[in-house]
Amino acid sequence: MKLVKVYVTLKPSVLDSQGEAIKSAVHSMGYDQVEKVSMGKYFELHFQDYENLEKDVDAICDELLTNPNIETYRYEILEEK
Amino acid sequence: MKFAVVNFPGSNCDMDLFYAIRDGIKQEVELVDYRQTSLAGFDGVLIPGGFSYGDYLRSGAIAVHAPIISEIIRFADEGKIVLGICNGFQILTELHLLPGALIRNEKGRFICETVTLQVENTDTPFTNQYQLGEQMRIPVAHGEGRYFCDDKTLQELKENKQIAFKYTENINGSVDRIAGVTNKQKNVLGMMPHPERAIEDILGSDDGLKLFQSIINYQVRVNN
Repeated sequence: MKLVKVYVTLKPSVLDSQGEAIKSAVHSMGYDQVEKVSMGKYFELHFQDYENLEKDVDAICDELLTNPNIETYRYEILEEK
Repeated sequence: MKFAVVNFPGSNCDMDLFYAIRDGIKQEVELVDYRQTSLAGFDGVLIPGGFSYGDYLRSGAIAVHAPIISEIIRFADEGKIVLGICNGFQILTELHLLPGALIRNEKGRFICETVTLQVENTDTPFTNQYQLGEQMRIPVAHGEGRYFCDDKTLQELKENKQIAFKYTENINGSVDRIAGVTNKQKNVLGMMPHPERAIEDILGSDDGLKLFQSIINYQVRVNN
């Protein structure tokens, strides 16, 4: 089995209004040193192991997990017992 | 004309649209379940507002994989009328039938109020009964209604006259105050404000009625 961890974030050109709101809350906690907060999404996909798995992960990310107009993604593939 | 109002799990403006067609412009209208696979016999398809699939993942993202979607794409490709309002607009952008994306409002707050729109193009099936620059009072109700696209796309929208409506005040941080856009062919319109909630005076405004009357006017011209 493979575990695929997918991380989705907004493109830098898109204002992250949730990140901005979190940042202002962090500042109100007194942590003024925090200069930027970005918020994204995290997915875990559990796969049977097979060839060309990455091709399918790319397709799933492109066609469902992200909107390419506003988001980018990266992923890591780990061994799973 | 005969219209389909597509009902997804979580749609909640389907009956408003239904009444706008039946009582507002007195045309045939049917609710169509998202599990259906045919829109045969319909002249136009309307995608209502609401929270399809609870807005899980992204607004409109899951609806794009429903069985009825291939028929909506067919309608768009064949030049038939496709109108998406609010969540319907979000679905149409996720489907790439319309450019850009709808993202969380700039200030993060859900906005529920009546706002002023300005008509930017009257040469579409949806706006031919308005005057260019005409202002209309239409309700909005959205948390993720900020229209976003890159500079290149914005340039194309302008060149192809795809911007149908703008907010007179930028309520949600949209690029260029955009409230509604069409595809290049102009037979697909998506907009965040709710014209179906503004079809008679007793609702506070009937400025949305002309949008639906425009569709009828367009279809009469096409048929002749």
